[in-house]
Amino acid sequence: MAHISDLIGTDIDAYLLQHQHKSLLRFITCGSVDDGKSTLIGRLLYDSKMIFEDQMAALEADSKRVGTQGGEIDFALLVDGLAAEREQGITIDVAYRFFSTDRRKFIVADTPGHEQYTRNMVTGASTADLAVILVDARKGILTQTRRHSFLVSLIGIRKVVLAVNKMDLVGFDQAIFDQIVSDYRAFAAQIGLDDVTAIPISGLRGDNIASRSEATPWFDGPVLIDHLETVPLDEARRQQGDLRLPVQWVNRPNLDFRGFTGQIASGVVRPGDVVRVLPSGKQSKVARIVTYDGDLDLAVAGQSITLTLEDEIDCSRGDIIASGNPPEVADQFETTLIWMAEEAMLPGRSYWLKIGAKLVAATITEPKYKINVNTLEHLAAKSLTLNEIGVCNISLDQQIAFDPYKDNVDTGGFILIDRMTNATIGAGLINFALRRSQNIHWQALDVNKISRADLKGQRSAILWFTGLSGSGKSTIANLVEKQLFALGRHTTVLDGDNVRHGLNRDLGFTDADRVENIRRVAEVSKLMVEAGLITLVSFISPFRSERQMARDLVETSEFIEIFVDTPLAVAEERDVKGLYKKARSGALKNFTGIDSPYEAPITPEIHIDTTRMTPEQAADLIVERLRDRGLIKGGWQGPEI
Amino acid sequence: MTTESATVSDIEPKPLLSPVALTHLQRLEAESIHIMREVVAESDNPVMLYSIGKDSAVMLHLAIKAFYPALPPFPLLHVDTGWKFREMIAFRDDIVAKLGLTLLTHTNPEGVAQGVGPFTHGSAVHTDIMKTQGLKQALDQHGFDVAFGGARRDEEKSRAKERIFSFRSAQHRWDPKQQRPELWRTYNARKQKGESIRVFPLSNWTELDIWQYIHLENIPLVPLYFAAERPVVERDGTLIMVDDDRMPMRPGEVPEQKMVRFRTLGCYPLTGAVESTAATLPDIIQEMLLTTTSERQGRVIDHDQAASMEKKKQEGYF
Repeated sequence: MAHISDLIGTDIDAYLLQHQHKSLLRFITCGSVDDGKSTLIGRLLYDSKMIFEDQMAALEADSKRVGTQGGEIDFALLVDGLAAEREQGITIDVAYRFFSTDRRKFIVADTPGHEQYTRNMVTGASTADLAVILVDARKGILTQTRRHSFLVSLIGIRKVVLAVNKMDLVGFDQAIFDQIVSDYRAFAAQIGLDDVTAIPISGLRGDNIASRSEATPWFDGPVLIDHLETVPLDEARRQQGDLRLPVQWVNRPNLDFRGFTGQIASGVVRPGDVVRVLPSGKQSKVARIVTYDGDLDLAVAGQSITLTLEDEIDCSRGDIIASGNPPEVADQFETTLIWMAEEAMLPGRSYWLKIGAKLVAATITEPKYKINVNTLEHLAAKSLTLNEIGVCNISLDQQIAFDPYKDNVDTGGFILIDRMTNATIGAGLINFALRRSQNIHWQALDVNKISRADLKGQRSAILWFTGLSGSGKSTIANLVEKQLFALGRHTTVLDGDNVRHGLNRDLGFTDADRVENIRRVAEVSKLMVEAGLITLVSFISPFRSERQMARDLVETSEFIEIFVDTPLAVAEERDVKGLYKKARSGALKNFTGIDSPYEAPITPEIHIDTTRMTPEQAADLIVERLRDRGLIKGGWQGPEI
Repeated sequence: MTTESATVSDIEPKPLLSPVALTHLQRLEAESIHIMREVVAESDNPVMLYSIGKDSAVMLHLAIKAFYPALPPFPLLHVDTGWKFREMIAFRDDIVAKLGLTLLTHTNPEGVAQGVGPFTHGSAVHTDIMKTQGLKQALDQHGFDVAFGGARRDEEKSRAKERIFSFRSAQHRWDPKQQRPELWRTYNARKQKGESIRVFPLSNWTELDIWQYIHLENIPLVPLYFAAERPVVERDGTLIMVDDDRMPMRPGEVPEQKMVRFRTLGCYPLTGAVESTAATLPDIIQEMLLTTTSERQGRVIDHDQAASMEKKKQEGYF
């Protein structure tokens, strides 16, 4: 089970005391398919006596059955877990392994080297303090070595072990080792990795893993396990930082207790410390550090604690309690994004962004550039696809407190979540806040939308017509506007075709352009609502995300989604503009319903089935519903008949 | 860059002269507590699966710490197959009463009606109906959206790749290829309609960590973990304790009193005892460290085939 120590048999209490004081090192192993990564991890488990007899027996049997070592023990089989990947002979995901020695417990993130490498490596690296980068001594520094090292550096790992593996296959030749190490150091320095320890090993034979190999008398550095046991932890650096406590949950068992819980991201805290709550900037003093085991005099980075403050100030989940230099507060950033979804990133689409315990809506601009992870070249890009890394600006719907990622991983790293599937689709690192977000303050105006709408005797709103091309959106919107006009309402119309002739004439019909098209229209509609107008928007707007984004821009009661529901076959049959014919012939690409998807609303405010009513009946129904919603009341009701 | 709202001058924390070294157990504890609080902050209706064993004992202890001075804001759920050791049930009721927690128990009523049991139906059918199906029924019946489980990544190979926040379809199936990337300590707990989440706060603990922590924190355990004279019969190479009179004796079988204890606890007919004199926690840890077989070996259900656990999990086994 654990590292076999003589103490276990002779003095178990002494052994327990020793084990109790072990520290924890988390590391990641990076290597290409044939670098022997799984073999090395299997070897580490084996050498630290982590393998029981029954597991060993199973391993021997498996090695004979599916092993790649000609019937010899195949250590890789110990760590290649899932049935699917065993059959394919590859690891498909991030796996976590555990072993311990007399001094430390280790958690190893084992990530594969094949096509999903970026997503998996970044995931594994995000919790690691150190990276073991494997190089095949026969091959030297390869493209993938550079790629792995870049990702390690990007995610903020500072310590690297360069494990030059398969030394047995090059006769333990010192010259080969020295050449690889010098090549690597030259490259590593360029990407900011300067803490590199190089070790010549053979994972298969165990050379320089747990004990010094007789085959490398010329090597005077540490063997792998010794190095892992003694390398200083990041802990000290984290504790020296300013206090950051992302508030996770407010503990209110009764009226007399209000505790702010969270895991300290950096720094230390003591009762009596002056702290600030960000982003509000309110200040107080720490009253108590409450734990089940009694109040603490001191808590440090890494601990999960509960604080009480001396003053009753606003502080809730997602806020940061800080001391020292406060974190910055902003709503626009330059970030480095790592895209992790099959579906490409769409500039302008609204995504969820989770940073610490804070969830906000975010939109991403077109990448400034993407990074070729093999050559580190900056390339022009319109979007990011799976496993691509790029630098993009991000804009949030509210201000958040943050630190640049390079200063604080927990307050500067975030994940992106798709609003429809809820999948984690990307990860991001905040580089810095954009100055414009800090310096442009929202202009508070004395005349507001309510007063503007009051003057017109109405309430402003967006009537958002969505449906396939040729479904009848514009026809119905036109009829509704005529009725509203007759009722003395102040209206305006934004029509898809018309807007594309002016405001949006620079946009095409790719998914990314469709998103931007709707974003602009949504923003314009919002301005119209501010102006007190009833705004009729008639756009195919095929994606739920963008309609949701438009909805989120205004107040709940101000957005009325009208689904003009016409089956594709019917719209195609009508084909008023002859567009379906063109699309079917291939002359028109990215046509909604044909080769570009339409995501129907799930719960629209108003649902118009055009196969069951005429456009006039539809308009009557919509006006009736607006009346029910109190949008048309008071003021001039039109001539009484 | 600094913001207008805050300046440095008025806040001067005392510097730390030398770093405080957190032990691996302190770091594991902090991680587990963080995970539990995150679930409570983000879910509508969480529950903690409580199996009465040592891992559940640690998980419960961590929950008490995470929400102190409040009580954990969720109930415990025990899926009772009807074949647990009697001492387990007594311990369960005692601990829940002492801590003042809410315990829900569920036994698959269809299984009971059909008289399903390990002796009559075999371990595979019994486990599927009374444990796997019973668990699904209980989760559906109460509409729990998140369930804490005490599984650890070191237990078994497919577990090593499972996320801490692990999603299940409306049919409670796990899809190892559709797992969300889990970065830093930022967990995505947003779910689709019908989906639920299994959350494993002990993912990064090893068996030794669990025992060490129980020892350090004086966490109460079911006495079955400690060696005592118990009536057992040896059947198919495994020592089975005769816990009640539902166990049919095979020809020639006579229960013998032996000094035994259990490394894992489950249904008594499916849980092998080991001969042992380890009566204290240090003795148990010592025995565990010197043993040469893994803890799951005592579980009859894992032996079926390679990758059997992965298959069970895809079908909804916890």
